[in-house]
Amino acid sequence: MFKIVKREEMSQGTVVLNEIAAPLIAKKAKPGQFVILKANETGERIPLTMAYTDAQKGIIAVIYQVVGKSTALFKTLKVGEGYQDAIGPLGKATHIEKLGKVVCVGGGTGVAVLHPITRGMKEAGNHVTAVIGARTKDLLILEDFMRAASHELHVCTDDGSYGRHGFVTHALKDILDKEKINLVVAIGPVPMMKFVSKLTKEYNVPTMVSLNPIMVDGTGMCGGCRVSVGGKTKFACVDGPEFDGHQVDFDELMLRLQAYCEDEKACHNEFCRMEEMGRK
Amino acid sequence: MAVETAAKEKKQKKERVRMPEQAPKVRARNFIEVPTGYTPEMAKEEASRCLQCKNPGCVDGCPVGIDIPGFIKLILEGNFTQSIRHIWKQNSLPAVCGRVCPQESQCEGKCILAKKGEPVAIGNLERFAADWERANGTGALPPTAPATGKRIAVVGAGPAGLTVAGDLIQKGHDVSVFEAFHKPGGVLLYGIPEFRLPKDIVAQEVNFLERLGVKVECNAVVGRTVSLDELFEEGYQAIFLGLGAGLPKFMNIPGENLVGVLSANEYLTRANLMKAYLFPKVDTPIPRGKDVVVLGGGNVAMDSARTALRLGADRVRLVYRRSRDEMPARAAEAHHAEEEGIEFFLLTNPTRYIGNEKGRLTGMECIKMELGEPDASGRRRPVPVKGSEIELPCDLCIVAVGTGANPLLTSSTPDLKINKWGYIEADPKTGKTLKKGVWAGGDIVTGSATVILAMGAGRNAANSIHDYLMRGW
Ligand SMILES: Cc1cc2nc3c(=O)[nH]c(=O)nc-3n(C[C@H](O)[C@H](O)[C@H](O)COP(=O)(O)OP(=O)(O)OC[C@H]3O[C@@H](n4cnc5c(N)ncnc54)[C@H](O)[C@@H]3O)c2cc1C
Ligand code: SF4
Ligand code: FES
Repeated sequence: MFKIVKREEMSQGTVVLNEIAAPLIAKKAKPGQFVILKANETGERIPLTMAYTDAQKGIIAVIYQVVGKSTALFKTLKVGEGYQDAIGPLGKATHIEKLGKVVCVGGGTGVAVLHPITRGMKEAGNHVTAVIGARTKDLLILEDFMRAASHELHVCTDDGSYGRHGFVTHALKDILDKEKINLVVAIGPVPMMKFVSKLTKEYNVPTMVSLNPIMVDGTGMCGGCRVSVGGKTKFACVDGPEFDGHQVDFDELMLRLQAYCEDEKACHNEFCRMEEMGRK
Repeated sequence: MAVETAAKEKKQKKERVRMPEQAPKVRARNFIEVPTGYTPEMAKEEASRCLQCKNPGCVDGCPVGIDIPGFIKLILEGNFTQSIRHIWKQNSLPAVCGRVCPQESQCEGKCILAKKGEPVAIGNLERFAADWERANGTGALPPTAPATGKRIAVVGAGPAGLTVAGDLIQKGHDVSVFEAFHKPGGVLLYGIPEFRLPKDIVAQEVNFLERLGVKVECNAVVGRTVSLDELFEEGYQAIFLGLGAGLPKFMNIPGENLVGVLSANEYLTRANLMKAYLFPKVDTPIPRGKDVVVLGGGNVAMDSARTALRLGADRVRLVYRRSRDEMPARAAEAHHAEEEGIEFFLLTNPTRYIGNEKGRLTGMECIKMELGEPDASGRRRPVPVKGSEIELPCDLCIVAVGTGANPLLTSSTPDLKINKWGYIEADPKTGKTLKKGVWAGGDIVTGSATVILAMGAGRNAANSIHDYLMRGW
């Protein structure tokens, strides 16, 4: 078993952080890579990009949003309990180098994945501006971490309850209008990455996104994770998860992410019903 | 002499004993194994058909050279315990091989009785002996040699890797198996469905190895979690790579990324490894198509088609670009599939997938083929017939047109030489690769082949590794 050593809830319990004891993975993991977690015997294999790792303590950290049956199940796991299986590190690591000015844009739980990349970019000698957003103030995560990891932080909320009123793309546009940016890193919900990429294309600024398609094995054996990049089919688990945002077919990705929506709903409802019964 | 000939003729006239199976209509809706096995009486009756040839063709046809007349004789004598031990000398996974080997092109194809009538049901008898042992045997472990203190890492827990592990542990070495998936078994577990190879059998085979002392480390993606050089640093003195050929091939035709187009690897992994046919009792979903098309003509295609039927499809069509005779599937599987109502669309090739505005598959376009000149494989090359396009409506398409080498490990191990298709270069006799201390065998060397060939390669490599550890490179 891969034990949970620390657990925290954020965003009113809709987002959960787990620090998990997985020394072999921690030793090897680099920013941008992911793990696959499976809670128990009947569980699903769920890919999650690591938020941070500590090789010395032998831990990896994941931050996930509770969206369906499997993440709801993950949420029930307490400190001392754990995951039956953890596989990783998978995927290619982020290519971090000194480019000059870098803007890191994050939305929702994507901020968790963005954080180690932001820090890495800053440590590599770049001037890093971070832009993070959420629907509303309570859903914003890792603000302090992102402030520390960057030179400059902009916060946006869709409803104006905190920071700047509006989408991250608005804040990004202002930055792009003001100065020459060498790279944009965008990680968050698919529509956000799509619109960021559309915007940066107009400014001709290279843009890297991190994709989260449905996966099974995470090692290139099933092709379930295929995405179209520049008109070619790629397996996100081995060729990615990071790709050139200007080349990704986000519309296709969005449709593919819906493949199991109906099943997922049915399974989740059943799980909630059982949980409810358990409590009574 | 005359008496002997007469006896022979009598034997030849005896009909092959059919193995009882679930009726096609019933089994097409459940995941229980199709053939239910011989009773001891049936096994003895079938064993009595064997002529006990002096120069048996069957043994020549067996890739690992099992003494077939020998074990059949023991069954005839009712000595089932010795019969299975006799098989074990050459084959450590008889319960698996009895079920999945292409007997018609191996032992049974070379059986003398096949010349005039039906061959001895060697596969059925092998299965019987193994099943009898599982149900009634003592579970006693074979003796192992005294510990040598040598450590071996086996990468991949498919038939090749498991064979190496079993052979080397019995020779007294310390063996650890590293498997990327969360459970061992390779294709036996994630590919071949429950109704053809119950997963209990695979688990029991692995458990047998563990009882002998083999350590099985799952969730270990070698090349990612740990590298080959790190394994050497940790003190392993030899490494065997039995990685399989797990990279799915697609058709590369328009519309392939529509929702509803899956590789057979994904479909079967969901069904078998993740047991998605039990959804929502388990959490992994699987698309339940009503109108299903499967592309391909091998075992993988048959398994996918029959799984789709069991998941509630109204109609399953198998689209294959060559003719029935060229189908690489085991004869028994194609036969079972047809009995269950799978429709074969032969000499047909898909040209594109058709989808709706939601990005979901609604059909596919195919073109009729005719057989032209023989190609490099000696099979007549199918060529499209102009203007013969047809449209097949479908809501699920499973692509089973072959697999290739997964570059995950080889690309991170540059000193391991690979050929132009990405398979590992290894000596065909010993399995030695060009990296010192590393052997390879099974599908990762030959491209996707069969369980028994992977096991044979495993046995050769185990012998070579043993030699190396005791005597040097
Ligand atoms: C659906 C299907 C049906 C089949 N039916 C038949 C049949 O009826 N009869 C027959 O004879 N053959 C059949 N075959 C073919 C047969 O299963 C294979 O030839 C055989 O399993 C090959 O054995 P292997 O040990 O080389 O590889 P595999 O069985 O593929 O095992 C390889 C193992 O290595 C693991 N692995 C890969 N890379 C790594 C890594 N980097 N680190 C750690 N582990 C790794 C994989 O997860 C896997 O478990 C079928 C194949 C399929 C897919
Ligand atoms: S060839 Fe056929 S008849 Fe002869 S020994 Fe083998 S199984 Fe028996
Ligand atoms: S998740 Fe299976 S190939 Fe990427």
